[in-house]
Amino acid sequence: MVEITSPHFKENAVEALSDENLQKAMRHLRGNFTAKRAAAAAALPEFEALRDNARDIKNHVLTHLDLYLEAYEERVTAQGGKVHWAADAQEARNIVLDICRKADAKTVTKGKSMISEEIDLNAFLERNGITPVETDLGEYIIQLRGEHPSHIIAPAVHLNIDQVREDFRRAHSHLPPDRAMKEPESLLREARGILRKKFLSADVGITGANFLVAETGTSVIVTNEGNGDLTQILPKVHVVIASIEKIVPTLEDMSQIVRVLARSATGQEMSVYTTLSTGPRRKEDPDGPEEFHVVLLDNGRSSMIGTEFQDMLRCIRCGACMNHCPVYQAVGGHAYGWVYSGPMGAVLTPTLIGVDKAGHLPNASTFCGRCEEVCPMHIPLPKMMRSWREREFERHLSPVSYRSNLKLWAWFAKRPALYRPLAGLAMRSLSLMGGRRGRFSALPMAGSWTKDRDLPAPQGGTFISQWRNKRGRT
Amino acid sequence: MREVRESAGSRTGSRLKVGLFVTCLVDLFRPSVGFAAVKLLEEAGCEVHVPLSQTCCGQPAWNSGDRTDTADIARQVIAAFEKFDYIVAPSGSCAGTLKKHYPEVFKDDPAWLARATAFSVKVHELMSFLTDVTGVSKVDAGYEGMATYHDSCSGLRELGVKGQPRALLASVRGLKLREMKDAEACCGFGGTFAVKYADISNAIVAEKTANIEASKPDLLLAGDLGCLINMAGKLKRQGSTVEVRHVAEVLAGMTDTPAIGDGKGKGR
Amino acid sequence: MSEARDIILGRICASLSENGKAGGDEARHEEVEKRLRGHPQGVVPHPADAKQAVVDRFIDKAQAAGATVEKAKQGDVAKAVSAFLRDHNLPQQLRVGADERLEQITWQSRGAPELLSGPSDGNDLSGLSHAFAGAGETGTLVLTSGPDNPTTINFLPENHIVVVDAQDIEFDYEAIWTRLRHKAGAGKMPRTVNLITGPSRSADIEQTLIMGAHGPVRLHIIVVTG
Repeated sequence: MVEITSPHFKENAVEALSDENLQKAMRHLRGNFTAKRAAAAAALPEFEALRDNARDIKNHVLTHLDLYLEAYEERVTAQGGKVHWAADAQEARNIVLDICRKADAKTVTKGKSMISEEIDLNAFLERNGITPVETDLGEYIIQLRGEHPSHIIAPAVHLNIDQVREDFRRAHSHLPPDRAMKEPESLLREARGILRKKFLSADVGITGANFLVAETGTSVIVTNEGNGDLTQILPKVHVVIASIEKIVPTLEDMSQIVRVLARSATGQEMSVYTTLSTGPRRKEDPDGPEEFHVVLLDNGRSSMIGTEFQDMLRCIRCGACMNHCPVYQAVGGHAYGWVYSGPMGAVLTPTLIGVDKAGHLPNASTFCGRCEEVCPMHIPLPKMMRSWREREFERHLSPVSYRSNLKLWAWFAKRPALYRPLAGLAMRSLSLMGGRRGRFSALPMAGSWTKDRDLPAPQGGTFISQWRNKRGRT
Repeated sequence: MREVRESAGSRTGSRLKVGLFVTCLVDLFRPSVGFAAVKLLEEAGCEVHVPLSQTCCGQPAWNSGDRTDTADIARQVIAAFEKFDYIVAPSGSCAGTLKKHYPEVFKDDPAWLARATAFSVKVHELMSFLTDVTGVSKVDAGYEGMATYHDSCSGLRELGVKGQPRALLASVRGLKLREMKDAEACCGFGGTFAVKYADISNAIVAEKTANIEASKPDLLLAGDLGCLINMAGKLKRQGSTVEVRHVAEVLAGMTDTPAIGDGKGKGR
Repeated sequence: MSEARDIILGRICASLSENGKAGGDEARHEEVEKRLRGHPQGVVPHPADAKQAVVDRFIDKAQAAGATVEKAKQGDVAKAVSAFLRDHNLPQQLRVGADERLEQITWQSRGAPELLSGPSDGNDLSGLSHAFAGAGETGTLVLTSGPDNPTTINFLPENHIVVVDAQDIEFDYEAIWTRLRHKAGAGKMPRTVNLITGPSRSADIEQTLIMGAHGPVRLHIIVVTG
């Protein structure tokens, strides 16, 4: 089980800032993903209209979610699949284990699934004697390392090739030590060879879902590697684990969102594989799984409906918010301390592990607004981070010194008659202290600022007092 | 009507009555930006009023989740400014708070929501007010040198301030503009963020100053003093000679004061 | 497990009714039914009018996604397949399903590829499929599962050759869903529908894009033009 370190966000961040490998990866990410998304969005004239429609579709779904879930279940069942409902993570894990046991499973291959990360499924299966094998290359690498994904679509984006090579040498000790491992291609070939055997021998395949289509009872995965497909067509049992808000009404509605998904995520017009799976193999089918299960996970989502966090349920996990976030770009995903990171993680994590543990996350934002600007689903992420700050403030979870300073400042700000002379005095003094240099290299009370930056000194005297002197009597 | 008596405009006629929300940072750190704003507004034919009771827009409280204090401060601002035709601030961040966030502060208070909404439609950031409302297309100012412009986040993304300052800068004699890489990326200031998460803030501003330096400017401009103090603080610590100023100072031809973070005697 | 079902649906209804959204139950049902039955189209980019333009766009987009594409007359498909295998130094051997259109291909009497029928078990170097449709919008192939075109052929062989009839290339996905509904029946689907845009790839090591991850390394498309 991977530890939750969200309460230590600040320490994590400091560590991340001095991690040269990570910083190099983040510099690359900063230019790479943002440029590709911008080009893809610009190349599609209807992109903005599609975003608006994608938002409207999800809003419609959320206010009819009960009915669409029932419709979806009915269609899955009619086509020979089975829907399981899990109110929380524990129930979901138990359902998956039960299915695996009934299939007498020893090995389980897995397509990339954030829900699996959220419910910490791998550790649970291992404890119960079942070997889970992540098959997305990035997920496979972080599974070897025992880490959380540092990005929702690029789980190993924090690593460089040297680190991956070392992991492969350690994990694939049966291969000749002098094998070619210089280029990324050779490492990918190696993983392909190792995982191909796993695909062919797995007893159960578990995938996530990007969409659940109510009209047809179809679950949809969107991938580039093809691992999700091999995961679900080769074993006898296919299990989809998905959260309840993944529902879309129809294939047409799915297509609307698909059009903004890859463009926002990787800048592709379309991911390589968009796969629609409906029920188990039909009697005439020569391949495909014999059993098809869907585990629908709630885990607190139903309670977000109707709250200031409802809009978060529109999220399609494209990662655009993190790619464009200056804080994520600076510290990477692991600093956030759990499975979701960046702006979407800053909103979602407190709902899932508690704001007492994840309180730093919604605070660690400059509110620059770039996440909302690029979110294909128009999710007002800064607004929701502010909502978390309000809840923290109400519950007195913010640090005492910070609260008392803020309160003191607000007290003065509300009393201009007291604020004016005090501010004037303070600025005149600071200006004098700043002296001829016009800035401070160190200043008591502003130590965290002046550690790495100078603080420009005030000019002296406030605008209001000068205005009164110059113009007030005219 | 103390404000009216104490303000500049006793001129009459159909001139636009503008309440200048000077912002707390300009008030405290850099009054010259306020005077530059007054000059630009008066040259645009406005009658400028400065309510003396103003302190701050309340954004620090708002972004810290303190709704009560925000509402108290917002009521004070609205009461002092709602009588003007327009409310103008030399800051996208503060104007954004007044324009975009005040209505939300009062979402559960119908009476104040109505006042906040009526107030908010009259609020503008200085640059966009000059070009979009008063129709100013050029200024009478000069500055010999190469400038680069940082787009402050709130102005850019909440208020759509992007072309307006550049259009006005194009009319400054002798001034050339060279865009930096990622001009729209955040500088890492974020108000209290810069203090609460100083290490992250520093990493973000270091990226910004690298992009500034790479564009080899004589002058860095922006429309928000918070960002400017942050970027100037980092540039000066790094030993940079780039001058840092609020865009209003250059447009008003008021560059005789020392630049932000520079010592006395360094002004032009 | 039905307990969890009741809890979840109950919570959703409670959250909705607190906000006055669950009122008028009949109206909500009606709205959902209407949408599921009517599947309204949203924003469909550039519905192209000329059929030829759609095919050309399909080819451009598929190539941009890393596929190789050629046009061939019905009678020349066999030649094209053999040439692809030869050009890539691959054995003249193909895994293929029972698709009628593929069975009608007249292979040359000499040097014709050996056809292995049925699903792939992972030991095939090359596979041949016939697409249900293509989407010109993004150069995307649409393949449906069944004895005609087993899904394993789409993923296990390193080389995947897909034949698509030019007449089956639509501009947008929506047109394909309409055809699919016509084929499978409303509310029904084949077990698997694969939308494939280029060969498999990964950029998980240092954000370096490498073609050929777990699926095919090469995707070759033969567009049949009459």
